[in-house]
Amino acid sequence: MSMIVSSIGQGLLWASLGVALFLTFRILDFADMTVEGTFPLGAAVAVTAISNGMNPYLASGLAFIAGALAGLITALLYTKGKVPILLAGILVMTACSSINLRVMGGSSNVSLLGKTTIFSGDFLKSLPKYFDSVFVGLVVIIIITVLLIIFLQTNLGQAFIVTGDNRVMARSIGINTDNMTIMGLMVSNGIIGLGGALIAQNNGYADVSMGIGIIVIALASIIIGEVVFGELTLNQRLVAVTLGSVIYQFVRLLVLQLGFNTNDMNLLSALILAICLMLPRLSKALHLTHVIKKGVAKYDAE
Amino acid sequence: MTQNETPLLALKNIVTKVNVGTPNEVSILQGLNLDVYDGDFITVLGSNGAGKSTLFNTIGGGLPVDSGSIQLNGKDITHLSVEKRTAFLARVFQDPKMGTAPRMTVAENLLLAMHRGKRRTLKLRGLKQQLPHFKAITATMKNGLETRLNTATENLSGGQRQALSFLMATEQRPDVLLLDEHTAALDPKTSAELMHQTNEHVTQEKLTCLMITHHLDDALTYGNRLIVLDQGKIKFDVRGEAKAALTKEKLLSFFDTIE
Repeated sequence: MSMIVSSIGQGLLWASLGVALFLTFRILDFADMTVEGTFPLGAAVAVTAISNGMNPYLASGLAFIAGALAGLITALLYTKGKVPILLAGILVMTACSSINLRVMGGSSNVSLLGKTTIFSGDFLKSLPKYFDSVFVGLVVIIIITVLLIIFLQTNLGQAFIVTGDNRVMARSIGINTDNMTIMGLMVSNGIIGLGGALIAQNNGYADVSMGIGIIVIALASIIIGEVVFGELTLNQRLVAVTLGSVIYQFVRLLVLQLGFNTNDMNLLSALILAICLMLPRLSKALHLTHVIKKGVAKYDAE
Repeated sequence: MTQNETPLLALKNIVTKVNVGTPNEVSILQGLNLDVYDGDFITVLGSNGAGKSTLFNTIGGGLPVDSGSIQLNGKDITHLSVEKRTAFLARVFQDPKMGTAPRMTVAENLLLAMHRGKRRTLKLRGLKQQLPHFKAITATMKNGLETRLNTATENLSGGQRQALSFLMATEQRPDVLLLDEHTAALDPKTSAELMHQTNEHVTQEKLTCLMITHHLDDALTYGNRLIVLDQGKIKFDVRGEAKAALTKEKLLSFFDTIE
C-alpha cells in the first residue's frame, strides 16, 4: 500500500515536468533538450540556497528563475542565433552541467539533512508516510495546470498556440513568433527548474546527474496520457499529462517489483517511450486502428 | 478617381536582389514603381519569374529592399517588420495549408485574425461572445463554413480553408489586401466560386486589393486596374475604361511582344 501511495506522490511531483514539456513538445512542436540541464540546475540552486539558510519557498522560486534563464539562453540561440533547436538545447544542457557543479560549490552531491524544506512543515509531518509528497505534488500540479489553462485561453495564450501550429500564418497576423518561442521556453524551463527544486527537497539531496533521462520521463507522461485517454481537448490533455505521469510511476513500480533494479530504469523508460511513440505505426501494421480511435468529427457541434 | 490624389501605397524605385554577395546575385525587382490608390482592385499578371511574388514579399516586408522606398498613407514603411506591417496589411496565400492554423478550430482562427496587428494581452479571448458574428461572416462565403465553426481547419476542404483565409484577412479591415493566387490550388468550380465571393467582398467593402493571378479571364473580369510585370518592372498598367475595353486577344498579343 505505501508503495502505491509513494508512486502516486512521485507521479504528482514529476507531473510538473510533463506539463512543462507539453508547452514545448506539443504546443511549440519541438523537443527541448535544455530540460536535462535545467532540472538539476533547479535542484542545485534550491538546495544550495536552502543550505545557506534561505526560506525553502523562496529557494524554489529562485529555482524557477534559474530554469527560466537557462530556457532564455536556449531560446536566444534558437531564435536569434538560428542554431537548430535540438543543438541549442544540447549546448545549454552541457553548459548547465558545469554551472550546476559551480552552484553546488564543486561537489556533485549536496545533502539537505537537517535543513528546513517545504516538506518540513508540521502539517506535512503529521500526514502518514508518503502522503506529504502526494499533498505537495497535488497542490503544485493543480496550481500549474489551472494557471496554464487560464493562460492558454487568453489572447496571448492563443498567440502562443498558433505559433506552434502555423508559424507563417502567425506572423501574417502580426504575432512575433520569436517572442512567443522565447516565452514558451522560459516558462517551460522555469517549471522544470521548480520541479527539480521540489524533487530534490523530497529526496533530501541534489545530485548533478539527476537530470539524466528526465526528458524521456517527461515525454512518457505526455505520451502515456495521450495513448490512454485518446482524443481530448487541449485542457483535458494538460490534465491527462498528470495522469500519464502517475501511470508511468505505477509502471516503474511494477518493473521494480519484477526484479529489475533502479539502474535499469533509464533503459526501461526509453523502451516504454519508444513503444508509445511507435504506437500509431504499430497499430496500423497490426490493424489496431479501431482500438485507438482518432476522430475529430464529433466536435462538429452544429 | 483622379490620378492627382495621393496614393495609398507608393513603391518608388524598388530594387530587390537575392543571393546578394554571391555569384548567383540576381535582381528580381529592377527599379519598380507602383502607385496604388484607395479603392483600387488591381489584378497582377506576369510570367513565372517576372517578380510578382517578390513584389508581394516586398510589400509584406518578408524581403528587405536593396534600394527604393515604400510609403503607406505618406508614411515610410520601407524598413518596418513583417509583424508591424500586419496592422494595415493582410495577405491570403496560394497554399491552403499556409493561411490557417490546422489544429485550431475555424472560430479560433477567426478570433486570432480579429486581433491582426494588435498587441496580444493576458485578456481572456472571449470566443463565445464572437460566435454569432463569426456565424454571420462565414455564411457570406456560401460554402457551408458557418456549420463548421468548431471544426479543426485541417478537416476542412481546400475551398473552405481558402474562404476562411480570405475572411481572416478581411474581418479586420486592412488598408491593403494582397491575394497571392489564392484560388490557384482549387478545382475550377470551387476556384470560380471563391473568386466570385472575393469580388463581392472587395467591391462591397471598397477594399484596396492587389491580386496575383495566372488566369487571364479573371484578370480581365475582376478589378478596376490591371498591371503586367516583366523582368522586375511594370510593363503594362491600365485602369477604368481602358481596362474594360481590354480583350484576351489584345492581352495575349501584348504578352507576345515582351517574351
